[in-house]
Amino acid sequence: MLLGQRLRRLAGWLATLAVAAAFVVALAAFLELLSHDAEGRSQILRGYEWFSSGDLRVAFDLRWDPLSALMALVVTGISGLIHLYSIGYMEHDERRQTFFAWLNLFVASMLVLVLAQNFLVMFLGWEGVGLCSYLLVGFWFNRRLLLVNPLGRLVEGEPDDTHEVWAPPAAKKAFLANRIGDIGFLLAMFLIFATVGSLDFDDVFGQATGLASGTATAIALLLFVACTGKSAQIPLYVWLPDAMAGPTPVSALIHAATMVTAGVFLVARTHAFFEVSGTAQTVVVVVGAATALLAALIAIGQDDIKKILAYSTVSQLGYMFIGVGLGPIGYAAGMFHLVTHAFFKAQLFLGAGSVMHGNDDDTDVKHFGGLRTAMPVTFWTTMLAWAAIIGVPLTAGFYSKDQVLAAAFEHGGIGRLAWVVGVLTAGLTAFYMSRYVFLTFFGERRWPEGRHPHESPPVMTAPLVVLGLGAVVAGFVLTTFTGEGGRFQQFLEPVLGAPEEHESLAAAFGLSAVATGVAAAGAVAAYLLYARQVDWLALRRRYASPWRALADRLYVDQAYELFTVTLGGALAAFLARTVDQRGIDGAVNGVAELVGSGARSGRRLQSGLVRSYALGVLGGAVLIVAFLVFRP
Amino acid sequence: MLLTATLFAPLVGALLVAFVPADRAQPARWVALAASLATLGLGVVLAARFETGEAGFQLGMAADWVPAFGVSYRVGVDGVSLPLVLLTTVLTPLAIAGSWRMTDRPRSYLGLLLVLETAMLGVFVSLDLFLFYVFWEAVLVPAYFLIGSFGGQRRVYAAVKFFVYTLLGGLLMLVGIIALFWLHQKATGVPTFDYDTLRDFDKAPATQRWLFAAFFAAFAIKTPLWPLHTWLPDAYTEAPTTTTVLLAGVMSKLGVYGFLRFALPLFPDAAHWFQPALLTLAVVGILYCALVATVQRDFKTLVAYSSVSHLGFIVLGIFAFNVQGLQGGVFYMVAHGLVIGGLFFVIGMLEERRGTRRIDEFGGLQQAVPRMAAVMLVITLGSVALPGLIGFVGEFLTLLGAFLENRAAAVLAALGVILGAVYLLWAYQRMWHGPLEREENRALPDLTGREWAILGPLVAAIIVLGLFPRPVLDRVEPSAQRVVEQTQASSP
Repeated sequence: MLLGQRLRRLAGWLATLAVAAAFVVALAAFLELLSHDAEGRSQILRGYEWFSSGDLRVAFDLRWDPLSALMALVVTGISGLIHLYSIGYMEHDERRQTFFAWLNLFVASMLVLVLAQNFLVMFLGWEGVGLCSYLLVGFWFNRRLLLVNPLGRLVEGEPDDTHEVWAPPAAKKAFLANRIGDIGFLLAMFLIFATVGSLDFDDVFGQATGLASGTATAIALLLFVACTGKSAQIPLYVWLPDAMAGPTPVSALIHAATMVTAGVFLVARTHAFFEVSGTAQTVVVVVGAATALLAALIAIGQDDIKKILAYSTVSQLGYMFIGVGLGPIGYAAGMFHLVTHAFFKAQLFLGAGSVMHGNDDDTDVKHFGGLRTAMPVTFWTTMLAWAAIIGVPLTAGFYSKDQVLAAAFEHGGIGRLAWVVGVLTAGLTAFYMSRYVFLTFFGERRWPEGRHPHESPPVMTAPLVVLGLGAVVAGFVLTTFTGEGGRFQQFLEPVLGAPEEHESLAAAFGLSAVATGVAAAGAVAAYLLYARQVDWLALRRRYASPWRALADRLYVDQAYELFTVTLGGALAAFLARTVDQRGIDGAVNGVAELVGSGARSGRRLQSGLVRSYALGVLGGAVLIVAFLVFRP
Repeated sequence: MLLTATLFAPLVGALLVAFVPADRAQPARWVALAASLATLGLGVVLAARFETGEAGFQLGMAADWVPAFGVSYRVGVDGVSLPLVLLTTVLTPLAIAGSWRMTDRPRSYLGLLLVLETAMLGVFVSLDLFLFYVFWEAVLVPAYFLIGSFGGQRRVYAAVKFFVYTLLGGLLMLVGIIALFWLHQKATGVPTFDYDTLRDFDKAPATQRWLFAAFFAAFAIKTPLWPLHTWLPDAYTEAPTTTTVLLAGVMSKLGVYGFLRFALPLFPDAAHWFQPALLTLAVVGILYCALVATVQRDFKTLVAYSSVSHLGFIVLGIFAFNVQGLQGGVFYMVAHGLVIGGLFFVIGMLEERRGTRRIDEFGGLQQAVPRMAAVMLVITLGSVALPGLIGFVGEFLTLLGAFLENRAAAVLAALGVILGAVYLLWAYQRMWHGPLEREENRALPDLTGREWAILGPLVAAIIVLGLFPRPVLDRVEPSAQRVVEQTQASSP
């Protein structure tokens, strides 16, 4: 028992050490990779053969190239910090060794995903992270979670502004939405194998350029279906906000920094198909832009701090897809935003977790306010990440968002549209993120009576500091110092190809000035509304119907529920009760009765049920033989 | 000789069980378990002696039986039947161990289980069509009594429906077999029921269609293919759970095995002619039964419908006529046998504890019986074909095979993969997650040693064969390839 207790305590440290070790190894391998010239930066490690059938051979081969190295570093680095944080966050949980086991399983699956050298092994990781997401979202399978209802206090006298939910339905929703996407992955693999005859990356991408554009479009779009599931884009994004029912470190790691970016990675990895297709690229850009805007709008209407961040993640993922959807000009920008987002969004979630930790697990933004003195470290590090996400110049988010927008503008055509949407979204982002920090850390204290908000222990704040600093400097470091005097882009060039020359400095400066200006306007608007003595709850009541639309997620979830649960359920019930029981089985029983009564009355035999059927059947059979024999 | 010993060892065991005095239940259990374990041992030796890479029949034996009519006792295994023989010999001892607590006439019950094992093994190894038919119908007898006299409330209705339905199909097949025999004799003057001879003998395409239809009746009902499936939910639900394990785990493979071994190679032209119809029925069955499964209230019925849905994938693979589809189909049979066996075992254990199988009677079981919940999760995930577990390889290969042959069929069937996750995870959520509200569920005991002995091997196989499927796949491949070649249509 004592050993059990100690083991339980040790589990977190062991798990953290394992991931930290993985990070060190990845770092060493990354430095080794840098010592090669561009051609030598693709290494393949051959593993055992998983299965084979006919021409299909699937082996556990792994690939180490700049793209997988980058992802591996992000995954292990951020995971290590979040593991460390979890030691504090999960301290009082009885099942924490299970928690850490699953968290480690997640890191392993994610590494399989990013290091795979063929589609099937990648799919193993792809569904593996989905499984871990399912397990971890539903980790508190028996705990009543209080969910913030943004419609609360909308009507005077509405007593409670929270409602209870259970984690398991959210976990199942996440798994199923991902399953729908995964079918796209599966069908894409079939089509690839049917066309190319292999699922190995080198074989497939070697022949991708020779594909008919229709085939390439089909493959690319099927893969993108998988991306919309895993990376929470329109139309499958609805699972991600619900997945916030999981413990907050899980939201930070899986549903912000790593797993949900797998779709962006997938587009980058399989960019050959998207380039041949063209149409598919347009789809990616349009979906990315639409998602970015839609999710940013919904984020404004949320009162649950984790939901705000969740919709923010969906929105930021949209930016990444704009980037990688643009083609060579945007790949590096999209991946860059993936990296910087991992820093600042991980920080924001862990900061939110810290707020919850210090406030009795409350997530309702209406119950905070003025926390900056009670939780100084959480406050300051969150402000760093806030600066990054709204794009304050020289922070990481500024660099990466700027690059995505610049690439979109320069791409022209659909890219221009994406640029407009992106700039608009930047303003909305600044608005809802500023709303979040103002309502949480500034202004009057709205804490319920008897609550004593307190700062989290060092094991939790240390990762906050590292991530907060990363959110500020990562952009600067990566644009300047990566590779031999080059930039982030050059490092990825061996995998993603080189774009044509960039626009003039002056134009770029003008573009980023526009985006920054719009973002500043958003932040100021939030300041005026939420940081001064404005009664925003009164405003909310006054403009109840637009507020209700935003708070109710623009009714998308309700529409889905109508289709799947209500209509789908009705169809299933109709099939089961009417078609199956009355129709098909009724017909079977009817025929049986007819034959039975026919046999009884016709022959007046006291035969058992079984024998009369047999006789009837035999008679028919004799007729068939007779036909066969006497057939001309 | 080894194969013959494997085939009849359970029957000998059943005879021994019959000699145990009627009032002594415990010795009867041990005799039955020993016989089934001995059979398993023989099966393992068989697998060890099996030459991997060989496509043809091995370890066989042939002897005259009724020479006047050309009936012989000829048995043998190839890469297609060997995994199914092993599956049978693995599941039977588990089913016997699962019936340990049964107090209602255990001697007869266990004896019937052993008779059923021999009959099913006989179907898999027979290489003489008459012998095959004998075993095929022999399966019905123990199955009928197992359902009809040991089952639940509506056992007689379920047993009669099962019996009549299956017998009807079997008789039509008998007509087909006799017609085939007769045609061969007319053409060559030689009376024989030998599998290879009848396969290689030239049959006009029009004749093939009639004969195929006769065999189809038997196999489609047994599988079952939609819309001939309605006997199955009744039979699976009413049968005692350890019988259901064998019905769903092994007997459901007889029909698809029949398609693979007989309907395709004997009548290749007809198989091609019927292919669109078969693919259609398989796809409709996959989607229809998955939807119907979602609204079931009895978990056993839900799993029964899931079985029909999953069998559709196997039919899809077989009627793809390519090596991926056939090899995947055989692997899927093994995977399905182990997974569905596990599901029904868990249902049986719950029913033993609570006396009910209704989903809404449970909820929050993970708190009461965490180990059972973990085992159930692995089995459930194996059933929804999570990569890395046993279900995935078969599902991937059958769907890939189908895609290479008929894209529309594969795309529609892939939707069934989503629905499969819907009904199983939803049921899992309602039974194992959430609050532990019912007082009766609070004090349920977790898995016992005996139950671990049953579920442990299944869970291990679900994980190990998911990551290392080659020991099975590599033995199947040459024989599957051979079936592909035999199924080439002779005329355009």
